[in-house]
Amino acid sequence: MLSDSPVAVEQHGPELLHHFVDAEQQRDAATLGMWLFLATEIMFFGGMFCAYLIYRYWYYNEFAAGSRSLDIYLGTINTAVLICSSLTVALGVRAAQMGKRKLLVILLLLTIVFGFAFLGIKGVEWYDKYKEHHIPGPSFNVDDLVRDYPQIHIDPRHEQIYFSLYFAMTGLHALHMIIGVGLFVFLTYYAWKGRYTPKYYTPVEMGGLYWHFVDIVWIYLFPLLYLIDRHR
Amino acid sequence: MAMSEHIMSSKFYYAIWIALLCLTVITAAVSFVDLGPFNAVVALVIATVKALLVVLFFMHVKYSSEKLTKIVIVSAIFWLFLLLALSMADYGTRLLS
Repeated sequence: MLSDSPVAVEQHGPELLHHFVDAEQQRDAATLGMWLFLATEIMFFGGMFCAYLIYRYWYYNEFAAGSRSLDIYLGTINTAVLICSSLTVALGVRAAQMGKRKLLVILLLLTIVFGFAFLGIKGVEWYDKYKEHHIPGPSFNVDDLVRDYPQIHIDPRHEQIYFSLYFAMTGLHALHMIIGVGLFVFLTYYAWKGRYTPKYYTPVEMGGLYWHFVDIVWIYLFPLLYLIDRHR
Repeated sequence: MAMSEHIMSSKFYYAIWIALLCLTVITAAVSFVDLGPFNAVVALVIATVKALLVVLFFMHVKYSSEKLTKIVIVSAIFWLFLLLALSMADYGTRLLS
């Protein structure tokens, strides 16, 4: 009876776990699980996006003034940096599919460099906000915005809600970037050790899905925080 | 199933990358022009096009034959739509009463 079983006679490497029929099924299961996780992440960020939209609707003047105080050039550069990192991730997965170990390591390292570049630019923007006393807390002060926009009424309490959401959303996104860089350090180490082959590169692909997701969150944060309230 | 056999050319990835960079420059440039309420519409439409490019091509969803994954993605977007649409339908109509 046992000899009739296709599983028993099939030879496979240590990368295929025994409860999967074949590598394809194992990969499909991993992809499905990763997308389920990303679905929960969409709802995680979705709550903050929802809060932002509601408060923007309520306190439109304060949100417009806060949005205009951000540096649109740094925001655009950071968007470009993240898009470049998504390219290196996509090319990295391709290198893994083709078994090009050195190219994979280089592309993973480039992704980490872009990740740090994004966080560095974000840090510069946060430091500017610190110098302007725009970080919510005891030293929060928006006299500069009241002076800059005399035509609209700005309530400092409502302005504080804008900056609370700004720091919560960009902060949560930056936390995801930091986790992503950490993941990619592991991936780089194991890629360098030669663990990933054209038959087994699932961790590279899953790490890539995570990185692209974090990129997409920024693709929506950028217009919401920087772009849509520059007039009126 | 076809995912593992489908290796896209690097030229294709570069083309997507160029498109994403162009859309980023366009959306930043348009934000300097006063379009009234359409500033938000244009910016969010461009963001959605960029997100679609990333999901379909960089995340390989276009070439995945795994139906379950696609159901999860569509469901996630639908839940997000419910969250945003029903919340805004509530807060957006409170002044009417």
